[in-house]
Amino acid sequence: MSIALYRIDDRLVHGQVVVGWGQPLKAGFIVLVDDAVRASPWEQEIYRMGVPPHIELISASVAEAIAQLPRWDADPRIGIVVAGDVATLAALTENCHAVKRINVGGIHNRPGRTERLRFVYLSDAEAEQLKTLAERGIEIVAQDVPTGRAVPLAEFT
Amino acid sequence: MSKPLRGVIVSHAGVAEALVAAVQGIAGASDALVPVSNAGCDREALSNNLAAAVGDHPAVLFIDLPGGSCLTSAASFAHGRPELAVVTGVNLAMLLDFVFHRDMPPAEAARHAAAAGNRAIRTPDL
Repeated sequence: MSIALYRIDDRLVHGQVVVGWGQPLKAGFIVLVDDAVRASPWEQEIYRMGVPPHIELISASVAEAIAQLPRWDADPRIGIVVAGDVATLAALTENCHAVKRINVGGIHNRPGRTERLRFVYLSDAEAEQLKTLAERGIEIVAQDVPTGRAVPLAEFT
Repeated sequence: MSKPLRGVIVSHAGVAEALVAAVQGIAGASDALVPVSNAGCDREALSNNLAAAVGDHPAVLFIDLPGGSCLTSAASFAHGRPELAVVTGVNLAMLLDFVFHRDMPPAEAARHAAAAGNRAIRTPDL
């Protein structure tokens, strides 16, 4: 399997992703799935500043990511896919059976969400969406960094 | 510009607050610097905190790392606003330079502070 981590993180590509996960996984590429960032070359460049030269940063819209997932999954390099919210990552799983495990890495507080873990706040709808993914056989865990405990979905929904 | 230049330090955890305390300990207390932490913030919340810290001042945003949530939020916030400038890799020498050059335009103050910060990075022979 080439994609070693499918992560939901509303900070998208940041230190925990690049250093925390990227280093131990020896990631060769990171896919940032976000329609707004994909539409802004300037924002892509800002995100690229935080990624070392040996890691390729690929910016993709949701539609592009759905189409390209099989190709990325066949890449000989190890990859990380990051999306900013539950709905985006759920969309990637619709026609792709490659996603076996989803890492909930950081979803911060907003109106309508309640604290589930120190780094995970979910609305009821988001929690239900994660449960639906789990019912389809996808393992959902919350884990901000590799040294933290992988918390099973049942413990935070 | 009528209002004095403000420095807003944007960091992970408590780095920004500690840097403000260190500058005040060396240069004396002033309102030149405001700390902002990314703790508990998504990009939108951090952007809102930045707006509150900057207020209606011209400002230089000092970021801890040349990437990550602090930079992406600050860069998005400052994009297209000439009254704001961004510097990454904040260190104490950089901030000490800044507090004594607040009469400069933001971009010039940012370059001046960055040069001072760079000069402070050394590997002395021991």
